[in-house]
Amino acid sequence: MDYTDDQLERYSRHIILKDVGVEGQMKISNAKVLVIGAGGLGSPALLYLAAAGVGTIGIADGDVVDLSNLQRQVIHATGDVDTPKIISAKQKINNLNPDVNVVTYQEMLTAQNITKIIEKYDFIIDGTDNFPAKFLVNDACIFSNKPFSHAGILKFFGQTITIIPGVSTCYRCIFHEPPPLDVVPSCAQAGVIGVIAGILGTLQANEAIKFILEKGNLITNRLMTFDALESRFRDLPIEKNPECPVCGENPVITELMDYEQAACKIRIQ
Amino acid sequence: MELMVNGKMFETTPNISVIELLNKKNVESPDMVSVEINGKILSKDKFTITCLQKNDRIEFLYFMGGG
Repeated sequence: MDYTDDQLERYSRHIILKDVGVEGQMKISNAKVLVIGAGGLGSPALLYLAAAGVGTIGIADGDVVDLSNLQRQVIHATGDVDTPKIISAKQKINNLNPDVNVVTYQEMLTAQNITKIIEKYDFIIDGTDNFPAKFLVNDACIFSNKPFSHAGILKFFGQTITIIPGVSTCYRCIFHEPPPLDVVPSCAQAGVIGVIAGILGTLQANEAIKFILEKGNLITNRLMTFDALESRFRDLPIEKNPECPVCGENPVITELMDYEQAACKIRIQ
Repeated sequence: MELMVNGKMFETTPNISVIELLNKKNVESPDMVSVEINGKILSKDKFTITCLQKNDRIEFLYFMGGG
């Protein structure tokens, strides 16, 4: 494929970079990135990936836009309230960059459907907003050998790590299993400063683009944390855990599971 | 003895265990954190039997489920 004059102009600030060039931009144009969750993290990630010209962007989200989302979920606008997030996000991406092929999945990912969806993509961005989903994304990406970026935010804090399955520290190497229900508050319960979603989500887009370009160093084998009150990043080296239940030496988790359902079952008993 | 806890110097009595340090730092429930010592994750069942050494670097890693 050759770029048109308009495309050369659109991507000129990338192409002029020594580490990108036409060759690197072509890699971006041919790349397929899936963003799971079109919320606080997903919004900036989607916008930057679209602006960069990522050829295929998948968006998975089963929610509709709520007024309380707009304080941080910058891909959605006031007129989008009650509209499915995937539709709202797709419209913004199409307006921003018609080069992008947007594929939408209007569903919450589960142990049943996630593998079939992620297998079509080169890199996954976890922008989900709950622990069962974050553990599901981790395990599915490990089993399917899909590199992905994890991030989580709460109050004024955020953290992110990029995972190359089988090679680098995974989410479960650090956090073996989801915390008990209601021990750790959600953003809805504890609040979250809007810009922290922008900072972490943008870091996730950067990881996807570096992975595509095969340039620089990914946030692997370290957890990067950001404190928005202190405006301070910390970089915590964490070795791959031989006792990890999913990617360790003797894994005990060998198939996908949906934690929320498991928790409900326990409660009923 | 001196420890590095979450990147900051922390002065404490010798032979303190991980669970004692968690209590001292007002971490209410071990369920809320993962503990990393010198770059390695410590499994929760070892919190009571693991004693810290001078100059150990300890990080409390908190769950963040928002997105």
